[in-house]
Amino acid sequence: MNASTTLIYDGSFNGFLTAVFVAFDEKIPVADIQRNGQCQNGLFSETETIFTHVEKAKRVWNGIRNKSNNAISNVYFAFLSETEGVEMLLFDYIQKLMRTQNGKYLDYSDSTVLHISQLARKVGREKHRMEAFVRFQLTKDNIYFANIEPDFDVLPLISKHFRDRYADQQWLIYDVKRKYGIYYNLDHVEMVSLNLKDIHHNKIHKSDAFVNGEYEYQTLWNDYFKSTGILSRINPKLHTQHVPKRYWKYLSEKKEAV
Amino acid sequence: MDFDRVREKLNILADAAKYDVSCASSGSDRTNKNNGLGNASKMGICHSYTEDGRCISLLKILLTNHCIYDCAYCVTRKSNDVKRAAFKIQEVVDLTINFYRRNYIEGLFLSSGIFKNADYTMERLVAVAKKLREEENFNGYIHLKSIPGASDELMYEAGLYADRLSVNIEVPTISGLKLLAPDKKHEDFTKPMLKVKNEIVRYQTERKIIRSTPKYAPAGQSTQMIVGTSGETDKDIMYSATYYYKTYQMKRVYYSGYVPVADDARLPAIGSQVPMLRENRLYQTDWLLRFYGFAVNEILNHEHPNLDMDVDPKLSWALRNLHHFPVDVNTADKRLLARIPGIGMQSVQKIMDARKFRRLNWDHLKKIGVALNRAQYFMVCDSRHWERRDLDAEKIKGMILQTSSGKFRNQYSTQLSLFN
Repeated sequence: MNASTTLIYDGSFNGFLTAVFVAFDEKIPVADIQRNGQCQNGLFSETETIFTHVEKAKRVWNGIRNKSNNAISNVYFAFLSETEGVEMLLFDYIQKLMRTQNGKYLDYSDSTVLHISQLARKVGREKHRMEAFVRFQLTKDNIYFANIEPDFDVLPLISKHFRDRYADQQWLIYDVKRKYGIYYNLDHVEMVSLNLKDIHHNKIHKSDAFVNGEYEYQTLWNDYFKSTGILSRINPKLHTQHVPKRYWKYLSEKKEAV
Repeated sequence: MDFDRVREKLNILADAAKYDVSCASSGSDRTNKNNGLGNASKMGICHSYTEDGRCISLLKILLTNHCIYDCAYCVTRKSNDVKRAAFKIQEVVDLTINFYRRNYIEGLFLSSGIFKNADYTMERLVAVAKKLREEENFNGYIHLKSIPGASDELMYEAGLYADRLSVNIEVPTISGLKLLAPDKKHEDFTKPMLKVKNEIVRYQTERKIIRSTPKYAPAGQSTQMIVGTSGETDKDIMYSATYYYKTYQMKRVYYSGYVPVADDARLPAIGSQVPMLRENRLYQTDWLLRFYGFAVNEILNHEHPNLDMDVDPKLSWALRNLHHFPVDVNTADKRLLARIPGIGMQSVQKIMDARKFRRLNWDHLKKIGVALNRAQYFMVCDSRHWERRDLDAEKIKGMILQTSSGKFRNQYSTQLSLFN
């Protein structure tokens, strides 16, 4: 019996796909696929470090995409969920996709397939939420700035939406949790990391980083939020279900509630 | 911008617009032109939710709350003693653009009280939309209210700039309209609807020949009915909704439980309960008609003019039609699957996909997301266990109610509670 191997990759999506490629190519009996820095060795398995190779990753990407466009987006979305152990689940999913008849990604009676599609759905929901809950504030450098703290790593997924929509303004969305942001410079979107002095969530103190009119528009928006609700229909449970509390500190209309 | 003045106006005019429940921003696929501002998201985005749980996706305001009409159910009616205000066109444009740039909203929903006459008002609404589109290069979502009685020319122009147009018929029956809004005629509502519908059809046909045909109201039309003002039955409401869906190709009909805003002998008194449960049941019925393939007379008819309050309309239909059940989920066609209580359209699709691979059992169905507490009495699957007892409708209903809970239950329950 071959000793099973634990593959270590660099944490990027391309790195993961390379690991899948290597496992298929060299017919390695995979014990686990782990992120660099978070690995735990098994008692009876060897480890092998995978170096990210874009060409190899691309071949896996194309291979899955040829099976189905839905499958590749499920794989990418589920990967971004950063759930513990998602790599092995995805490896199992990809193996099943490749081995069986077409349309395997629709087999919701298979627990791996169902689980991956549920994870992808969760990430999709978070992506949609971020498209809704990003609140830009206009800085003195004429950049519309927002900081967010999403449950999953959704910045790569929302960049197209914001680029298409705000094509005539500079904007920057910064993920406080993962410490990187995306910045649009009126031409293209680039990844940036910056040293944020303080996080701009709701507080009474007004930051002088923003233009004068900024807080006036926030007041108008907060007023609008209040006047558009109907008191005799109040339903706090439904409200928090739609706008979960963990997002409140970045929403100016919930300033008083925080 | 005079901040304090605008702030005061916004408070008055947003407050007056809040009874319009429609806030959809979906259905339009307008793209961003020449690196301008904004686009429309096909699925729509709710940027926030009010504390009553309704979506906020558009800046929903009235241009003015001055009005020449005196409709009993309306908060801005002429005889009501409220503060009046009016926005300048430029003020609405500035608010919209600045809110939009900060990602607060998907676009603008502009309605208005009627001042001078219908055409004069409609002209102002169109002017706002035109300015946004042509001067600000704004490609976000615009919803304009069609003012009852507006001329065909203006309605034509409105559709060129707006994504959606709507006229609220408010009172579902003609007799109710006579009672509550004596100054308005039924034709005033339907005339602009008809014009817009005809233009949409015309533009769609032209687009098939010339692809560059500009968009005309790409998100279609909608309307709203107030529930619980004129003693109408659920049957009246849903039949008239069906009529509007069919005749004017409405994208949506909204049902708004009446929030008492006036002391008027013709209406429920101030402080009476908003009929939210009834509103909810009407929406459920609306969904059954539009997505589940039900016909309106199956759910509401001469013998059943009102919906059941304690169970949803689909379960209620199933209990009256037990001869269709049990359905075998592994072989039944899509139409029949959609009729099983506890199985929604998402589950239907998943079942159709999954059963190609193997026969499904209770465990699979539970994981897929079927509400088995209701579905179990109406279906069989790949298992030796299924409901074999010959239960009658009352019995099934009782067992389902026992194993479920509902937030409105205490409003209609006849069971006295032991404590309190």
